[in-house]
Amino acid sequence: MMKFLTIEPVRVLLYLVGIIAFTAANAAYLVLAERKGAGRIQRRPGPNEAGWAGILQPVADGIKLLAKQVMVPPGTDSLLFRAAPLMVMAPPLLCLAVIPFGDTIVACNLNIGLLFVFSFGSINVMALMLGGWASRNKFAIISSARVVSQNVAYEIPMLLVVITMLMVTGTMNLGEIVRQQAGGFWHWNLLKVWVNPFMPVTFIIFFICMLAETNRAPFDMAEAESELVAGAFTEYGGMGFGVFFMAEYANIVVGCSLATILFLGGWQSPIGVLSGGWFGAAWFLVKLYALIFTVIWIRWTFPRTQFYSLLNLSWKILIPVSLVTLLLTGVMMKIL
Amino acid sequence: MAVLTLERKPLTFAERTYLPQIFGGLKTTFAHLVRKKQTLEYPEHRPAIPPGYRGVPTLVMDPNGREKCVSCQLCEFVCPPKAIRITPGEISPDAPNSHVEKAPQAFEIDMLRCIYCGLCQEVCPEEAIFLQNQFSMSGYTRAEMVHDKARLYELGGTLPDKHLKWDHKKAAAAHGNAH
Repeated sequence: MMKFLTIEPVRVLLYLVGIIAFTAANAAYLVLAERKGAGRIQRRPGPNEAGWAGILQPVADGIKLLAKQVMVPPGTDSLLFRAAPLMVMAPPLLCLAVIPFGDTIVACNLNIGLLFVFSFGSINVMALMLGGWASRNKFAIISSARVVSQNVAYEIPMLLVVITMLMVTGTMNLGEIVRQQAGGFWHWNLLKVWVNPFMPVTFIIFFICMLAETNRAPFDMAEAESELVAGAFTEYGGMGFGVFFMAEYANIVVGCSLATILFLGGWQSPIGVLSGGWFGAAWFLVKLYALIFTVIWIRWTFPRTQFYSLLNLSWKILIPVSLVTLLLTGVMMKIL
Repeated sequence: MAVLTLERKPLTFAERTYLPQIFGGLKTTFAHLVRKKQTLEYPEHRPAIPPGYRGVPTLVMDPNGREKCVSCQLCEFVCPPKAIRITPGEISPDAPNSHVEKAPQAFEIDMLRCIYCGLCQEVCPEEAIFLQNQFSMSGYTRAEMVHDKARLYELGGTLPDKHLKWDHKKAAAAHGNAH
């Protein structure tokens, strides 16, 4: 039986189903977690009518969205309008294929995993832009313009940080990056201050850029409910909107997975106990959900920034700081 | 008064980086996250009504089941939005409470007009009208929102009465020293 499961096509199929199920379950239940978290932070219970403590809320929401007609308003570019939700949902699914959940639990152990994640991660921006453009709606187009300029601004410090990490690790294989961080939390890239004293700052820059790339508050310029109706998704109804909404959470999962792998030692146990195999996957998920919780927590703490201060933060602070860390890492690697 | 010019302190380096404010904000929301929730699941759970609350005006009976209102119409006169309409009537001489002499034949409070000011309760010499705890009042028609006497007594019920004024009067009259 085990032999059957390890035949290549069967293994790929199982991972495909597993990744789709993982993404869909996360996207659905992170919406609930978000609403619950928002409720608790605002001292109210959050959704609690559907099932025990609201556990069936995502099912109810899903049925409601599926039952609605997907309207394609007249005057829109109907092909792009329909393609945009698919293009926004596909990249996070693809990215999860190279994310190692455990020592051996990875769908595709790609040597250029890091590059793969970033190349597909950028498609998300294009999908939002196309969705907004195809909608033929002024709010959607303003939102598209914002998405593009925001993502261009934040892609740069993010990639600079990733180049720093690449210099430190010397490999793009995500599994290999995690293996280098074995043996306790002091070996995690986050705390490798002897390689680069700015390592925690690097992590914070990565995290901020991740928030901006996934269009999360306080950088949710793309959606900006109070200014732009629903931003790029203004004209979408039913499951078209639902897919955009779920893709946001899928992107958060990918971003937080990447942060876990690059900085928090992936599946490595923080104190050396309970490591390997399924414990590794459990550690990975613990770190992943801790980061996701932080993302939700930040959303319900800070109001949306103004657009120019958002760009100022990137161009005037994050890019110079990440360049300095890059330089410093290079210098320290040369000296040591 | 002279104008006071306040010296604005320059921001410290920490304040200019904005980081202490960011972590302070996160700390505040986390504190709220772990504390008790403050909301009430309304239709299932009702809030505790404080004493002295002014809810829907009602008519009450005394512990012996006697209707306390003597249709003096003071509440009708004092009512600012003129929500109360009383038709005075007499108590028949062979009733046990015949010495009270008067009782309302009809008593209507128009809840579409009532402003819950409580002046009717304040002015009532018989302590017959009370604004009690009920705070939500709704109906499908305008006619439904005009409370008649039966509805007012149904809402009001019986309240404890320490004085039992009319019973004392009756006893005094029986002993021949009525004033």
